[in-house]
Amino acid sequence: MTQAAITTTALTKRFGNFIATNAISFDVAQGEIFGFLGANGAGKTTAMRMLCGLLRPSSGEARVAGFDIYTQTEQIKQRIGYMSQKFSLYEDLTVKENIRFYGGIYGLSNSQIREKTADLLQRLSLEQEGNMLVRALPLGWKQKLAFSIAVIHDPSIVFLDEPTGGVDPITRRQFWDLIYESAAKGVTIFVTTHYMDEAEYCNRISIMVDGKIKALDTPAALKKQFGADTMNEVFLQLARAKS
Amino acid sequence: MEPIVVQNIFKQFGNVSALHDISFTVAPGELFGLIGPDGAGKSTLFRILATLLLADKGKAMVNGLDVVKDYRAIRRQVGYMPGKFSLYQDLTVEENLHFFATIFNTTIKENYDLIRDIYEQIAPFKTRPAGKLSGGMKQKLALCCALVHKPSVLFLDEPTTGVDPVSRKEFWDMLQRLKEKNIPILVSTPYMDEATLCDRVALMQNGAIMQIDTPSTIVSQFRTKIWAIKSNDMYRLIRDLRAHPEVQSCFAFGEFLHVTMTADPEEVRSSLTTGGHTGLVIQPANAGIEDVFMSLMQAQTQAV
Repeated sequence: MTQAAITTTALTKRFGNFIATNAISFDVAQGEIFGFLGANGAGKTTAMRMLCGLLRPSSGEARVAGFDIYTQTEQIKQRIGYMSQKFSLYEDLTVKENIRFYGGIYGLSNSQIREKTADLLQRLSLEQEGNMLVRALPLGWKQKLAFSIAVIHDPSIVFLDEPTGGVDPITRRQFWDLIYESAAKGVTIFVTTHYMDEAEYCNRISIMVDGKIKALDTPAALKKQFGADTMNEVFLQLARAKS
Repeated sequence: MEPIVVQNIFKQFGNVSALHDISFTVAPGELFGLIGPDGAGKSTLFRILATLLLADKGKAMVNGLDVVKDYRAIRRQVGYMPGKFSLYQDLTVEENLHFFATIFNTTIKENYDLIRDIYEQIAPFKTRPAGKLSGGMKQKLALCCALVHKPSVLFLDEPTTGVDPVSRKEFWDMLQRLKEKNIPILVSTPYMDEATLCDRVALMQNGAIMQIDTPSTIVSQFRTKIWAIKSNDMYRLIRDLRAHPEVQSCFAFGEFLHVTMTADPEEVRSSLTTGGHTGLVIQPANAGIEDVFMSLMQAQTQAV
């Protein structure tokens, strides 16, 4: 049996009296595309920050890539990739400079960086744009480049926080092609999105409401469970139920 | 005269054509949507109509007033909610609303009727700093602030971006109720599914309008036959279909792929089955706004 990429048991984070993440427990398998959904303020970002080793939990257990999130945060950071809509690349560095910068941060050697740069530019058809400032690239290209850079050090897990917000419909799907491709190579994908059609592309989905995981299953099973035709209906039923 | 008239507007930023020959009108009480991704030119257009930016060429009128000559009068009459959250983060909900009422020489009380529905949803948090509200709450407060002076035209630039599906639905329900007050609303969104909630929409990409009409007309005029296909291995299915010589396009759409093809579906079924696919479903699908948008995008790219 393959090792789980992420396991959490009663993972909790309190800020004063407020419980942002309330005893969540779930496992994510290696190579799985796991959709982490929830309304604004449901506690997704807090949970994600704990899993990335950036925020110490109040209680509960979790292991990411086999490492403990209390004591082995540095090992975790080396084995994960991260990308969000808000933070991805340095706009006033060129495409190649961004690749070199992140490759360096993740400890790749110069020859590895050279190899990765050539491979990445070729796969994204960006050979002509290597020396262009990232600022000058269309948003969709930036996001695809940001994803490729987030996995440049061959992490075993990549965290994607609303990676496709505002992106045009064709690029959004090309972005998911990259996600599928990485997952097929065995990379675990942990992704948040507000596009409910994208929830359908995940192997399994969890839906958080007020700090708790209210549902966790495959999209097909969730739709069946809630008697819904789309994930959007499932989401509305769950998130509405609280108020 | 129609409350919003845009005639042949052009705007260039350096080498980038941000707006290219944009023309449309919005009727009294109409909910008009600008649908398109980031970089389509939506915010530039709002800034021109809100008299914050000059067009290079063309003409625009709001309530019969010229956006260049009569900018002062326009600013008193319109409500504008910019794409970026622009309220005072360290003022409370109530203080923000009071501030915006005051700079327009009015009071919250005077126009409370207009905002009651929306304000009641955020009133429990009225002493909370605006910066500490959730995304959906921020947008409701921003809408209240844009409405508090009883504008005769409303400009809403991506009010639902980054907001979860529940808050998005609530926001659109509020816009439907505002329509009843007969205020024309120009609203932009990158979410294609929200197009169906507008009376009419302009589909925008790369600074140009690709199509303008009611959402139902746009969809019903789309003649390309679309097939919904799924199997137990979607990633391989995408690759196999794209490799098929008689498949023109293949994109993921929720649990299915949407495919346009000249191939016979039965031939495709047997070739996929031979290729080892299980759980195959191939059925005709109804096109949505997003299908039309993607098809227009591809046509636009090929034309360049």
